[in-house]
Amino acid sequence: MTRVLAALLIAGALAACSSTPTKEQDGAPVEDRTGSVTPPAAPDKRDPGPVVATPMDRGVVGMDPLKDPGNILSKRSVYFDYDSNAVKDEFRPVVAAHAKYLGQNRNTRMRIEGNTDERGSREYNLALGQRRADAVKQMMQVLGASPSQIETVSFGEEKPRAPGSDERSWAENRRADIKYPGE
Amino acid sequence: MKSSIATLLRTFVLVVWFVLPAPARAALTVEIIGSGANQIPIAIVPFRAEDGMTQKITPVVAADLARSGLFRMVDAGGVVPVPYEPGDVNYPVWRARGAEAVAIGSIAPQAGGRYEIRFRLMDAAKQTQLVGIAYTVTEAQLRLTAHKIADAIYEKLTGDPGVFATRITYIVKRGPRYELQVADADGYNPQTVLASNEPIISPAWSPDGTRLAYVSFEGKKPVVYVQSLVTGGRQAVANFWGSNSAPAWSPDGRRLAVTLTKDGGSQIYLINADGSGNPQRLTQSSAIDTEPNFSPDGQLILFTSDRGGSPQIYGMSTTGSDPRRLTFEGTYNVSPRFSPDGKSFTFIQRNGGRFNVAIQDLATRQVQVLTDGAVDESPSFAPNGRMILYASGVKGRGILAGVSSDGRVKQRLVESSGDVREPAWGPLVK
Repeated sequence: MTRVLAALLIAGALAACSSTPTKEQDGAPVEDRTGSVTPPAAPDKRDPGPVVATPMDRGVVGMDPLKDPGNILSKRSVYFDYDSNAVKDEFRPVVAAHAKYLGQNRNTRMRIEGNTDERGSREYNLALGQRRADAVKQMMQVLGASPSQIETVSFGEEKPRAPGSDERSWAENRRADIKYPGE
Repeated sequence: MKSSIATLLRTFVLVVWFVLPAPARAALTVEIIGSGANQIPIAIVPFRAEDGMTQKITPVVAADLARSGLFRMVDAGGVVPVPYEPGDVNYPVWRARGAEAVAIGSIAPQAGGRYEIRFRLMDAAKQTQLVGIAYTVTEAQLRLTAHKIADAIYEKLTGDPGVFATRITYIVKRGPRYELQVADADGYNPQTVLASNEPIISPAWSPDGTRLAYVSFEGKKPVVYVQSLVTGGRQAVANFWGSNSAPAWSPDGRRLAVTLTKDGGSQIYLINADGSGNPQRLTQSSAIDTEPNFSPDGQLILFTSDRGGSPQIYGMSTTGSDPRRLTFEGTYNVSPRFSPDGKSFTFIQRNGGRFNVAIQDLATRQVQVLTDGAVDESPSFAPNGRMILYASGVKGRGILAGVSSDGRVKQRLVESSGDVREPAWGPLVK
C-alpha cells in the first residue's frame, strides 16, 4: 500500500515536473514517504538514558534489500520525458544502486521493461520502449553490471500503468521498470 | 503448467474454430459514409425460392455491393413476373428504372441438405448475359456463396477482383482480455483464434490465408508466433533475447521479416516462417528500424526508421542493401504497407496532433492524406487495392474503419462491445 502511495506521489511529482519544469527549483519541500519505516523518535533531551541502536534507516534487518521499502533497491521505475530516452539525473541513484547490486551479485539477472505513452504506432512505440530499457541497461553497464545479467524488453504502449489519455497518464507510462526473477 | 495452458488454449481454439462457424453472427456492423463518383446502377432481384430461407442470398449481395460505394441499388420490387431466368427479363422495364445490370437467380434444395444456387448477371442495354455461375453448397456456405456472387458482379462491372469473400483479422480488447479474431470482410462470423490476458498485436496473414503471424506478450515479453487457422496449432518462431515483433510475410510464405533486439537496438531480420535456422540481419543501423513490409514481387522491403532523426519510411532490397528514404513530408511517418500492385504504399502520417492514413505513389512521391480521425492506425490494403482497412480511435474506444484508396468512400465497422484494433485484411483465396 505504502509503495503504491509512494509510486503515486512520485508519479504526481514527475507529472508536475514534466509539464512545468521550473517547479523543480521552487524549493517546496517534498515529503519523502518512500520508506515504510517511521523515523526514530527524537531522544528525550532531559534523560538521555541508554542509546538503543536500531538500523531504522536501512529498514528491517535481514529483509531482502530488493523488497525492503527503506532500501533504494526497492525503487524500480525510471521515468522519461516525451520522445526521450535520456536517463534524468534524479533517477541516477536508483540506476546506480541496481548496477552496484548486480556487480556484487554476479549470478543475479534482471529484466528491464521499457514502456511508452499511447501516442503513435504500436510497433514504433515498442521500439521506443526498447530504447528506454536499453538506455538504463547501458548506464548500469558503465556502473559495473555485466551485459549478460540484463535482458531488455519492451511493452511499448501495451501495458499502461495509468489508463488515461492525458498528460499525467502519459508521463506515468513513459517509464522503464526494473524486474528481478520471479517478479 | 505452461504446457497445460498451451494445451488448454489449443483446445479452446479448436472448439471455437470447428463448432461456431454455422450461424452467421455480426459483431461488427458497417456504416457507409460517402460514396464513389460514378455509381453503377444495378438491380438485384430476389432469387427464386429464397423467401423461406433463414440465410438469404440477395440481401447479402446487395449489402456487399452497396458497401463498396461503387454501386447504386435500383429498386427490384413490383416487377411481374419476377425474373428468375434470362427469358423472364423484361429489359425495357429495367432500363426505365435506370438499371445498367440485373442480377437474377434461383435456389434449389438438393439431397443431403445441400443447395444449388444459380446466378446470372444480365446487361440491361445489350440484353445479354454478362456472367452466369452455378454453385452447389451446404447451408453453412450460403453466406460465403453470396459474397462470391457479389465478387463476380463487382469484377464484371468494375474490372477489379471483388474482395467480399475475403476475411479480416483484428484484436478485440474486452477488459483485461485480448482476443485475436478472424471474421468475414463484412464483419460476420467472428471467430476467436486466440484469447489471452496479455496483449496481442501486429497480426499478419500468410499469403495463402491459412496462417497468422502475430506478437503475443504471454511470456512477459514480445514473442512472434505463427498459428495455423486450419488446425489451430501455434509455434513461437522468434523468441530471442530481448524483444521480438513486427512480423511480415514474404510473398512466397516461407519467410518472415521481423524486428529483433537480440544484438542491441531494434533491427530488422529475416527468419524462416517455421522458426528454423538462424536469423539473417537485414538492417545495420544504430537507430530504430522496424515495421517491415514486403513488396508483392518480393524485391523490396519498406520499413520505419528514425535514422534521420524522426520516424520516416524507407525502402531497401530484401538482402538489406540500398536503403533509401521515401517520405519527406512531416516529422512522423510510420506503418508502411504496399498496395497489391506494388505501385504505392499506405502509411500513417502525423499532422499536428492527429494521426491519419495517407497513401504515397512510389514513382511520383505524391502523398494524399485519406482520413481525418484523431488517431488512425494500422492501415492495410484490401487484396484488390481499392480499400484500406485501419483502426480509428473514436471516443476513447477503438473501431475499425475503411477508406477507398482514392479517399472517396468511407466505412466504419462498429463493434458492439470492446476496443477493436490492429486490423489486417486477408488475401484473396481461390
